[in-house]
Amino acid sequence: MHQVIPGAPATGLGPAAPSDRPDPAPARIAQVVERSLARLGRRPEQVLQHLIALQQAFSFVPEAGIRALTERLDVTRAQCLAAIDFYAFLHRTPRGQYNILLSDNITDRMLGSQRLMQLLCERLGVDPGVPRADGRVSVDVTSCTGMCDQAPALLVNGFAITRLDEDRMRHIAALVDTRVPLQHWPQDYFAVSNHVQRSGLLLRDLEVRDAGLSALFERGGDAVLAEIERSGLRGRGGAGFTTALKWRFCRETGQPQKVVVCNADEGEPGTFKDRVLLTAYADLVIEGMTLCAGIVGAREGFIYLRGEYRYLLEHLEAVLQRRRELGLLGKQIGASARTALRSGLSVGRGTDAGINAGIGPDMDVISGAAQTGDQTSNQTSNQTSAVRGRLDAVDGPFDFDIQIHLGAGAYICGEESALIESLEGKRGVTRKRPPFPVTAGYLNRPTLVNNVETFLAAARVAEHGGYWLRSEGTDLSAGSKILSVSGDCALPGVYEVPFGTSVRELLDLCGAQSVQAVQVSGAAGSTLSAEELDRVLAFEDLPTAGAFMVFGQQRDLLEMVRNFAGFFVHESCGFCTPCRVGGVLLRDLIEKVASGRASAHDLEEMRRIGDLMRRASHCGLGHTAPNHLLQTLEKFPWIYQTRLASAEYTPAFDLDAALAEARRLSGRDDPGAHLAS
Amino acid sequence: MVATHTHDATGATEATSDAITNAERQAPSRTLPPAKKLRVATASLAGCFGCHMSLLDIDERLIDLIELVDFDRTPITDIKHLGDCDLGIIEGGVANAENVEVLRGFRRHCRILVALGACAVNGGIPAMRNGFALSECLEEAFIDGIGLYNRGIPNDPELPLLLSQVHPIHEIVKVDYCLPGCPPSGDAIWAFLTALLQGRPIALSDKQLHYD
Amino acid sequence: MAIVEGRFRLDGVEIPFQPGQTIMDAALAAAVYIPHLCHHPALLPHGSCRVCVVRVNGREVSSCTTPATAGLEVESETEALRALRVAILQMLFVEGNHVCPACERTGACELQAVAYHCGMLEPHFTHFFPRRELDASHPDLVLDLNRCILCERCVRASRDLDRKRVFAVAGRGLDSHLIVDSPTGRLGDSRLELTDQAAHICPVGAILLRQRAGDVGERHGFRVPIGERPYDRESISRVGDVATLVEES
Repeated sequence: MHQVIPGAPATGLGPAAPSDRPDPAPARIAQVVERSLARLGRRPEQVLQHLIALQQAFSFVPEAGIRALTERLDVTRAQCLAAIDFYAFLHRTPRGQYNILLSDNITDRMLGSQRLMQLLCERLGVDPGVPRADGRVSVDVTSCTGMCDQAPALLVNGFAITRLDEDRMRHIAALVDTRVPLQHWPQDYFAVSNHVQRSGLLLRDLEVRDAGLSALFERGGDAVLAEIERSGLRGRGGAGFTTALKWRFCRETGQPQKVVVCNADEGEPGTFKDRVLLTAYADLVIEGMTLCAGIVGAREGFIYLRGEYRYLLEHLEAVLQRRRELGLLGKQIGASARTALRSGLSVGRGTDAGINAGIGPDMDVISGAAQTGDQTSNQTSNQTSAVRGRLDAVDGPFDFDIQIHLGAGAYICGEESALIESLEGKRGVTRKRPPFPVTAGYLNRPTLVNNVETFLAAARVAEHGGYWLRSEGTDLSAGSKILSVSGDCALPGVYEVPFGTSVRELLDLCGAQSVQAVQVSGAAGSTLSAEELDRVLAFEDLPTAGAFMVFGQQRDLLEMVRNFAGFFVHESCGFCTPCRVGGVLLRDLIEKVASGRASAHDLEEMRRIGDLMRRASHCGLGHTAPNHLLQTLEKFPWIYQTRLASAEYTPAFDLDAALAEARRLSGRDDPGAHLAS
Repeated sequence: MVATHTHDATGATEATSDAITNAERQAPSRTLPPAKKLRVATASLAGCFGCHMSLLDIDERLIDLIELVDFDRTPITDIKHLGDCDLGIIEGGVANAENVEVLRGFRRHCRILVALGACAVNGGIPAMRNGFALSECLEEAFIDGIGLYNRGIPNDPELPLLLSQVHPIHEIVKVDYCLPGCPPSGDAIWAFLTALLQGRPIALSDKQLHYD
Repeated sequence: MAIVEGRFRLDGVEIPFQPGQTIMDAALAAAVYIPHLCHHPALLPHGSCRVCVVRVNGREVSSCTTPATAGLEVESETEALRALRVAILQMLFVEGNHVCPACERTGACELQAVAYHCGMLEPHFTHFFPRRELDASHPDLVLDLNRCILCERCVRASRDLDRKRVFAVAGRGLDSHLIVDSPTGRLGDSRLELTDQAAHICPVGAILLRQRAGDVGERHGFRVPIGERPYDRESISRVGDVATLVEES
């Protein structure tokens, strides 16, 4: 059964009118700029959002649009170009009217995405990365789009199509060739399943709406923060910083104008649980943000939503709007809650829009091209409001609202300081620390950034108290972890399991057999061999942001290594030398191994470069980018050894291929025109 | 204005530490047996022979050098055939198929291989053509250039074919030592060779280490 | 061991520092050299080149961005760190097109001089030989991106000292590249002037002053004979950085 995300856009999806290409009318550009300015204002930090608006309207950012922005905002043309060239989803020249991007994670490739891409390109007569001459279509790859549980997947004009197969590819080619607007493509193409295979502590027993917030109103910020402290909750984005400590730093900092940011830039390959949380449990996430704002004293909040999840934008806006109407966002939040209670309204826990809409967590939603329905009136009767009783114990009503900022295809923006740079409209380059964002973040204001899951967990801890979370997990990792399971298993999807669960237990749950390797926590994480399946998912052993990719015995792990190495080359921000250059050197050496031209010396070089990146890079991306390589060199040496051409030394490049151009130009093909490798 | 950051230590002690630093870096990976006269070969690939000129710039010390080595194939001796050698010295980068064959021959026959000068070390001036496609280079040289007769890209099998790019020699074979400079000075070459031949750590002074 | 307030130890030598200073600031103030490229005392700390990597509490950090704190034990001139710096320098050399014999900045180039200081004898890695732009549209200056090492000194100087924002870095990863703020993207159409700090702060030969008849001075091309250039005879650790601010006239 497929259900529809409320508010998923029915317009703005289709290809732009032919007259918009290649030179959109100046009046139309001005109109788009003015509309964007009217919506977001003229602060220079909004420039990235304006550029995204132009990109969405025209499939590229026209020079006239840049000019208009530089005339109205305090930004230079160079700043605009710097951003456009940085973000993968922004372009200076037109993409196709149908811009198709195939997700290129290893889990997509394992299910044949490269073959499907070739098929699509052949059908459409288009080369990867190059728009077709008539401007109709462009096809390219993009980093993991967070659909690994229903891969292979693609994005067409920003909207996800999942479960690709040859039939779908052929049909998509036909739809493009016959210029069918996206709104009229088969709705089930855009179905995105939640695939919640196992609910645990956080995701079950969601009877009471906004219970965490009501605890704040009843008991006050100190008491709720004490509960979060007691719970031992640690950040779910992977690093595991103690949540209460971060919140306390922010609460106690003297500076005004604090900001709460939800990191919904779920870019780690193999991770998709935040997609599901934002789809089915958005209210809980936003409740957690609101709770946080109430505790730390922030008035402004952002959800930084990765561009790949743009299809969730309207749904999330609708949830925010409903919460504003219910007095759970906006001015005087505590006071409004009282009003809401007195007037007999349910204060909208809506564990999620999904449940409000009658969508269970394991049902499907449609990612785009959708009709809208009035979901907010569909209140379920078995939920009761928690905002009752001693409302006068609240610290006092507070103002807090949230805007959604879109990312535009940059993995690095999942790092909190790069995310803040991006919120400020800049390239997503990680900042040096100190200062830490919690002291000087967005526009130098104290900024608290947490992962989607962390906010959700905080809301539930506020509801149930600290000991509740500690009822599961380990001493150092309280509670449960929501994981994204994909790859070679029978039941890919989202699993919430207690911290301390072993890899083997999770493999049993998801129906994985004859496992060769497991990649925990994405491309930047740990590669486990079959001998390590008793290791446990917990901060003290295998910290994870949530990705769990399974590789069966039939897989060639060098393909994983090649995929990840290419990913890090594509996603390095380029700021520091070790990651910018070292990543490329590693990728090239790995390709040399794959082509059968490498030597043992090259393996030693890879170890050396990997070690350098780990030690000398500027940020976590560079520190972790060589993990997969160094770990497979150690645990799976045969994937390299069996491909070596020499024990000692081989040329850096293919000598005979380096003569090919000269052969062509001279017309020679005699023995002297060749070199043995 | 030139900012100066004067170290507490004297220049002399710094120079010493600099020398040790270089020594450690160039700790011989393959050592030569002393006493016996060593056999040395040299070749110039895509270079200008400037490094060979600089070798001759060791002047009267050439006499001392001859006491230590016998020359095999070099442009100086005009011996064409390469025999087994203790030391091979390569000037110039790798621009064509013949360069590759010569270089591989040196690697096969020489126990120790040295990249001498900028072109062997990083491609140098000849590698500036790498900023252009090979077709652009050949078309300019043989088709579009001024004053050409018999325009056309040569196809004589006697001519070595050009590689699409010029490469430093370490991108083709394993190199044991590098001595940069365009050219390295006679003093640097002398310091380098005598240390190597006598099995001492190789140390270059600030004045001897340069890339131009 | 007693911890002295306001002092840390760099390779065993006590270095005093003022609050707010980085390890690099304090070391340079105490006339102790730590190799660096993107760092410039007149600019905000940056930390991109990673050449100034030092070891503190068992891990490597960039000394130009790490605050000095009392009692810190900092390692700099160890063989392991020297090797790390050499490898980083080698990465910078193979990434661009650094043809020293053909560069006007040779002998006065900080990249070259730092590489000499660290004992880099060869670029080691496989060269990328990228194709990059050369912009000769400006009457006083030439921009040769073949030599740009993305230190962003010019970006920061133009933004923070000249208040012009003439330069920016665009793209990402290996495609990161310096761009110029002008309607055409050319330097000649930008607001960059010879008197700007940004015109003189490049550590390498990416931003070069044009030579004209009558020009004198060591910053002008090949006029200074080999042997008399800033880094011909002495290490950059004693000579210092040649790319410094334009003096007020």
